[in-house]
Amino acid sequence: MATYLQQLLNGVTLGSLYALIAIGYTMVYGILRLINFAHGDVVMWAGYWVFFLVVLFRLPWWLGALCAVVLTALMGVTIERVAYRPLREAPRISLLITAIGVSFLLENLIIVLPWAGGRQKSYPTPGLMTQIYTVGSVRVQGVTIWVPLIAAACLLGLIFLVYRTKVGRAMRAIATDIETTALMGADINRVISYTFLVGSALAAVGGILWGCRYPRLQWDLGIMPGWRAFTAAVIGGIGNIVGAMLGGFLLGLAEILIVAFLPGLSGFRDAFIFAILIFFLLFRPTGILGKPMKEKV
Amino acid sequence: MLEVQDLHVYYGGIHALQGLSLSVPEGEVVTLLGANGAGKTTTLRAIMGLVRPKEGKITLDGRYLLGKRPYEIVRLGLSMAPEGRRIFPDLTVLENLLLGAYARTDTAGISRDLEFVFSLFPRLKERQGQRGGTLSGGEQQMLSVARALMAGPKLLLLDEPSLGLAPVLITEMYRAFARLKSEGRTILLVEQNARAALSLADYGYVLETGRLVAQGPSEELQASDLVRKAYLGI
Repeated sequence: MATYLQQLLNGVTLGSLYALIAIGYTMVYGILRLINFAHGDVVMWAGYWVFFLVVLFRLPWWLGALCAVVLTALMGVTIERVAYRPLREAPRISLLITAIGVSFLLENLIIVLPWAGGRQKSYPTPGLMTQIYTVGSVRVQGVTIWVPLIAAACLLGLIFLVYRTKVGRAMRAIATDIETTALMGADINRVISYTFLVGSALAAVGGILWGCRYPRLQWDLGIMPGWRAFTAAVIGGIGNIVGAMLGGFLLGLAEILIVAFLPGLSGFRDAFIFAILIFFLLFRPTGILGKPMKEKV
Repeated sequence: MLEVQDLHVYYGGIHALQGLSLSVPEGEVVTLLGANGAGKTTTLRAIMGLVRPKEGKITLDGRYLLGKRPYEIVRLGLSMAPEGRRIFPDLTVLENLLLGAYARTDTAGISRDLEFVFSLFPRLKERQGQRGGTLSGGEQQMLSVARALMAGPKLLLLDEPSLGLAPVLITEMYRAFARLKSEGRTILLVEQNARAALSLADYGYVLETGRLVAQGPSEELQASDLVRKAYLGI
């Protein structure tokens, strides 16, 4: 029983990380029909920002993490402004290739930066996250408790923003019809910037918490979580925000359960995840919550 | 209020508008008539900043509109119910209407206008919590017009509001337009349905393949041979 509970908590922890990262994929796809390949690298950069600010600049952890969220969010906005906006009217494929280029740029920037480099760095994990809590017969690490709580708070905030505020209304409108949203008097560039701001901020929270769970930093650390979160977004229905959260939790649980109960297969965890991705793309490309997609004119 | 002078628009190699000029005086309803592909929608899209004309001049109360982006043009006092309604299907009726008021910050004015459009189209009030996509075609058209009114425009642009509607709904729609007119609103109405449009408008223009071929007060146009033959089928 205790093992089940333990593994369930691990699954929820991992799932909430995927959910946080998947939001950015799904929101950007919803508006620009772009798979933002650089998103996983934005997650990685959030971890490095914490490293720079906390280890090199000796800021208190919480302050460093807060600044890292802000810096990463601004990074996301800058990427859109510099790399994607000039291509808004260009064919989708140009945009996609640019996104891959931005991804390589972000990864290689880390490798050439003197304070980061190609070698692994250890991530500063606060004591709160490594502390062991004992609840009855279940012993859990701080991360297992704090990560889902912080993620849940962020996701509730996101739902409030998207469904209860004016700019959220514009974000949902722009995802179905950019031109008509402009006719409503909304500055669409601004709405798109907000979307990148929010998506990248959540990715930053995901990256910072990811570091607490797996405390090593390397230039390629965003790649696999990025792909898995993208899979989560597809499972939930790409373009659908609630779907991305659902997909994230489902994927996190599935991954942990496989690793925990079929340990012989744990080496195949990524193969398993991509099998799910292919399955959905083949048989239900609109995901669990998605609706049939209409091509935008 | 609105002045369009010598407007030229090209789509690729096609010269879609070839020197169009028109004016909409304050407090009047002006209609732009023409068959499919005559350039009516292009004219409205150019006014709203959605297509970039090659030449010409567009002013609203003396302010230049050309080169401005759509959201800036809305803030200057224009709004449009576009061709094909273009409501947001996943948003509720109320959310659609509030988006129409996106550029405004006067909360009191917004709620006053909300009451007004609900009185103009009571069915929208009944369905305000429903998703836009679940409305019938006629209701979607009402929503599209109401949403444009929510911007509190000085000049309202309507692009074929009768398209695809049953005759009884067209009558209902034009009854609402007549009320707007009686309140002194300024409207530029684009239509293929010349009979309905001329019965409402003060002045009309007739467009054929990118050029104006006739213009005049509605009664004159209704009586002219060209309009009678080509657009009224008499």
